[in-house]
Amino acid sequence: MADGPRGTGDRNEPPDDEAALSARLKRLGNRLAQTNRPSENGSGPRQTADVSGFARGFRLSTELVAGVLVGAMIGWLLDRWLGISPWGLIVFLLLGFAAGVLNVMRAAGVVRDRQLNDD
Amino acid sequence: MAIDPIHQFQIIDLFPVAKIGNVEIAFTNSAAFMMLAVVGLTAFLVVATAGRGLVPSRLQSAAEISYEFVAATVRSTAGAEGMKFFPFVFTLFMFVLTLNMIGLIPYAFTVTSHIIITVALAITVFLIVLIYGLWRHGLHFFNLFVPKGVPIYILPLIVAIEILSFLSRPVSHSVRLFANMLAGHITLKVFASFIIMMGGGLGAIGWLGGILPLAMIVALTALETLVAFLQAYVFAILTCIYLNDAIHPGH
Repeated sequence: MADGPRGTGDRNEPPDDEAALSARLKRLGNRLAQTNRPSENGSGPRQTADVSGFARGFRLSTELVAGVLVGAMIGWLLDRWLGISPWGLIVFLLLGFAAGVLNVMRAAGVVRDRQLNDD
Repeated sequence: MAIDPIHQFQIIDLFPVAKIGNVEIAFTNSAAFMMLAVVGLTAFLVVATAGRGLVPSRLQSAAEISYEFVAATVRSTAGAEGMKFFPFVFTLFMFVLTLNMIGLIPYAFTVTSHIIITVALAITVFLIVLIYGLWRHGLHFFNLFVPKGVPIYILPLIVAIEILSFLSRPVSHSVRLFANMLAGHITLKVFASFIIMMGGGLGAIGWLGGILPLAMIVALTALETLVAFLQAYVFAILTCIYLNDAIHPGH
């Protein structure tokens, strides 16, 4: 009882060791259950992933470049295969840029990843 | 005197293994370091968990910490169901981490500074996400590309952008790890070459001035150790985020 837990100690009860112990165990169990519950697909780790500013900046820039690159690649291939140059490159470069911006916004947490799909 | 900061990334054939058609397949220094990492990791985990003490030894707690760390990452990112993929993520994380750390040892070869390795890893993740998503959810998996609440007249555009965004994942996934390791190692070598150049050019004063780049190298090595860990972690966490899409596509 001397080292009673913070907050909700049952001070008015007589120091019945068994009862106090089981009450404390129960409280501890509740608290553990609360803290240990894994958050389902939370986007929390996204913040911890970007520990330093350098890493964060690097992540965002690769996201943008990746989108543009993939768009350019697809456009160029379509041009070659279908002989529709330069339209494939124009259209897919623009789409790729949009996808890159979307990637960046997701990575930065401006747009929550799955919130668009949640209802 | 040729000081070449790129020289460290050279692939050297150690001995030939097989010949397919006209392509000689050799055991390279890259393969040797990958072997070293796999053997070292396996030995570490086997030895560390052999005792199975209730009160863990130092080695055992190192293994337990790495397990707990990856398990917490997987659970918090991909949910409890994501633990199905725990062995995969754990393997990826430990493999990349070990390769990054080995690369920091002077004269060692940094396998992850080769884009072919990181692309292979990223495409493996990409294919697993795609195949598992399709196997698990069938065509519902493609709901991933169709956000709800979008007016029908711009839906084709949005879907095209979402698909491109999905396809760009392995690119950014692989380039991030590769570019970080490449840039870090080149920086280290460039600063190291400053010492040689100053010493060679200016004699005693040069060697004395070389203390400055040397101090820089010490600081950079510390930074690179952080980057090596961080990039392995980022690689693992992105894998989890992508796997999460395969497990719950658009709910």
